[in-house]
Amino acid sequence: MSNATLSMAQEPGAWKLPYRGKVGMACLIIAESAIFTIFVVAYLYYAGRSLSGPTPREVLETPIFFTICLLSSSLTIHFAEKCLERGSRGGFLGLWLLTFILGGLFLFGTAQEWHRLIYEHGLTISTNLFGTTYYSLVGLHAFHVTVGLIMLGIVFLFGLAGRVGAEQSARVGVLSMYWHFVDAVWVVVFTMVYIVGR
Amino acid sequence: MSSDAIAIRVADAGGRTWVESLHDWITTVDHKRLGILYILYALLFLVIGGLEALVIRIQLIRPHNDFVSPQVFNRMFTMHGTTMIFFVIMPVMFGFANYLVPLMIGARDMAFPRLNAFSFWLTAFGGFLLYFSFLGGSGLYGAGSAPDVGWWAYAPLTSRAFSPGHSADYWTIAVLVSGFGSIGTATNIIATIFSMRCPGMTLGRMPLMGWMSMVMSGLVLISISPLTAAQVMLIVDRYLGGHFFDTQAGGSAALWMHFFWIFGHPEVYILVIPAFAFASEIIPVFSRKPIFGYPVMVAATVGIGFISMSVWAHHMFTIGMNSASNTFFVLTTMAIAVPTGIKIFNWLGTMWGGKIQFKTPMLFCVAFLFQFLIAGLTGIMLGAAPFNWQLSGSYFVIAHFHYVIVGSILFCIFGAVYYWYPKMTGRMLNESLGKLHFWLFVIGFHLTFDLMHIPGLLGMPRRIYTYEPGRGWEIWNLLVTIGTFLQAIAILMFLANLVVSYFKGAEAGNDPWDAWTLEWSASSPPPVYNFAAIPTVESRRPLWDRKHPEDPDSRYD
Repeated sequence: MSNATLSMAQEPGAWKLPYRGKVGMACLIIAESAIFTIFVVAYLYYAGRSLSGPTPREVLETPIFFTICLLSSSLTIHFAEKCLERGSRGGFLGLWLLTFILGGLFLFGTAQEWHRLIYEHGLTISTNLFGTTYYSLVGLHAFHVTVGLIMLGIVFLFGLAGRVGAEQSARVGVLSMYWHFVDAVWVVVFTMVYIVGR
Repeated sequence: MSSDAIAIRVADAGGRTWVESLHDWITTVDHKRLGILYILYALLFLVIGGLEALVIRIQLIRPHNDFVSPQVFNRMFTMHGTTMIFFVIMPVMFGFANYLVPLMIGARDMAFPRLNAFSFWLTAFGGFLLYFSFLGGSGLYGAGSAPDVGWWAYAPLTSRAFSPGHSADYWTIAVLVSGFGSIGTATNIIATIFSMRCPGMTLGRMPLMGWMSMVMSGLVLISISPLTAAQVMLIVDRYLGGHFFDTQAGGSAALWMHFFWIFGHPEVYILVIPAFAFASEIIPVFSRKPIFGYPVMVAATVGIGFISMSVWAHHMFTIGMNSASNTFFVLTTMAIAVPTGIKIFNWLGTMWGGKIQFKTPMLFCVAFLFQFLIAGLTGIMLGAAPFNWQLSGSYFVIAHFHYVIVGSILFCIFGAVYYWYPKMTGRMLNESLGKLHFWLFVIGFHLTFDLMHIPGLLGMPRRIYTYEPGRGWEIWNLLVTIGTFLQAIAILMFLANLVVSYFKGAEAGNDPWDAWTLEWSASSPPPVYNFAAIPTVESRRPLWDRKHPEDPDSRYD
């Protein structure tokens, strides 16, 4: 490379660009938001258009406890991240495990609700339009929670092995962005399914 | 470029068996190799999709023809559309973006090289899966092989009742899988542009190719995802007994149309914005002037990106929306003509007063300007709802969008291949063969697609298998088919040129066009690491500054 263009070299450190992991995750979140938007639109468009029962009003119960679990896991993962940046390994691992447990509880709640709907009310994905749209929207979200839990679990195992330190905090931050997104989506899904769509 | 960098590359290449080189290509994570793989893959499907178009045109050459059966005809137009959109134009655009964006912004690779390889192979397997349907599509049902539902796959045609067997599943899964690949590549391009620019390469100095690749990628994220969601719904319907598009259970066929076109219209801009990017790189170099109105070009591109997301229902005027929706979509459709018009004036402003060199890449771009204008004018006609009610679903629509996709996008792709082939291979494409390719293709294109408007105006519907004599359609269909063959011959000459020039072409050197962007500072082809030292830039034309230290652009910034 000829050095002719390298005249007036920049001050070292003057050229700062955003972390590529964050940008990549932001892109993924934009794409995922578009996917969820389409499912939410389908849910709302079909709300009340089922030709046969059961209807949401008859069978849905608002999962307040499990919603609190999921939303508070956003707080715990945030503080886990802060602990990691400060270099407090114990705090990080504890809060990370708590996040995992809260996410797991939420997933258990979804499973319990589905079990009840299927076995007590006979509502499956092919029963009526409500079943089709409900299971696909809530299922899509539960799928994202599951993926998040797997990744949280992997980070936890690496953490137990002592491989996650302050220098990994940027990468852990990318995962935490994803987790916040999954929580934010639940706010929308919860509002649409359990409040507006009933 | 220092000579030791070249020496390393030569030493690397020597002494490898073909199995080892094949292994290198399959396992590569290098953005340049993946870019070339994308382009070669697209060229393969261009030939396949082109052959399908020839079958369609031979069938329509005269009334009551029976060159193929109606079933095969339906498969041909479905596969032709799906192939050309998803497995030709999109991969070729991703290929060029992959190859050029890191070089243009002074980076050594994309932000996520392994994601890049993964995305390419997803797209590639999507295409192979689609074509595997010819073998595996009938499954155990003995019903139909390749998809025959049209490239929009409107409900309820895709339901189990009307598409037994697996043909519709192959279509769905092929498009779904390649969609994931597209989202991965788009993420990669945006992360590369945000996080990998060399020192001094501010967003305001980035080549327009960078800006337009970024807008294209943003549109991919926002508009491929709805298609992905709709495909998941279709799979739920077909495999789990869901009712999304099942009208007998209260589902809506119109909802599929909305979801498809929420993807479908921005998709047009996903395809055409990279074509704008090629024109914006090629026209200045062959006019010997910097691009006219750089900030306005950027603003117009971003504007097109936004407006393109609110025009989708102009594909659906005939389904009977209320007049408020019709008015809204007419107005947004008209509005998109404004930023597009700005772009055309900027390209003309770049050429105005320049020392224009009519080399092959420039010829294709000049033809693009005229043809894109006409495509836009018929677009305004179709964008007016009353006119659309008359001509929706006719050959007039086919003529209009082939004017965009062939006359504008494919012309720019040809221009881009002639322009960057020397960088990718180190050899120049043969200029006289290139000019012959250009003129033959221009004549064939206009014979086919200018005349195709007329049977459309006379009422010939699209996707029709055959027609009665005596409606005044015969002569037009005959001429249109002749034009298709001229285009096919031109494309064969183009492919021959690619192969022959690879072995026998003149040595290109680093900078055969005396251009100004960073990719021309690397050797041809560039080494794996692109730049031995990461460059620093001070203006929009870093190579101009380097060649003219007495009068650098940075002085006027």
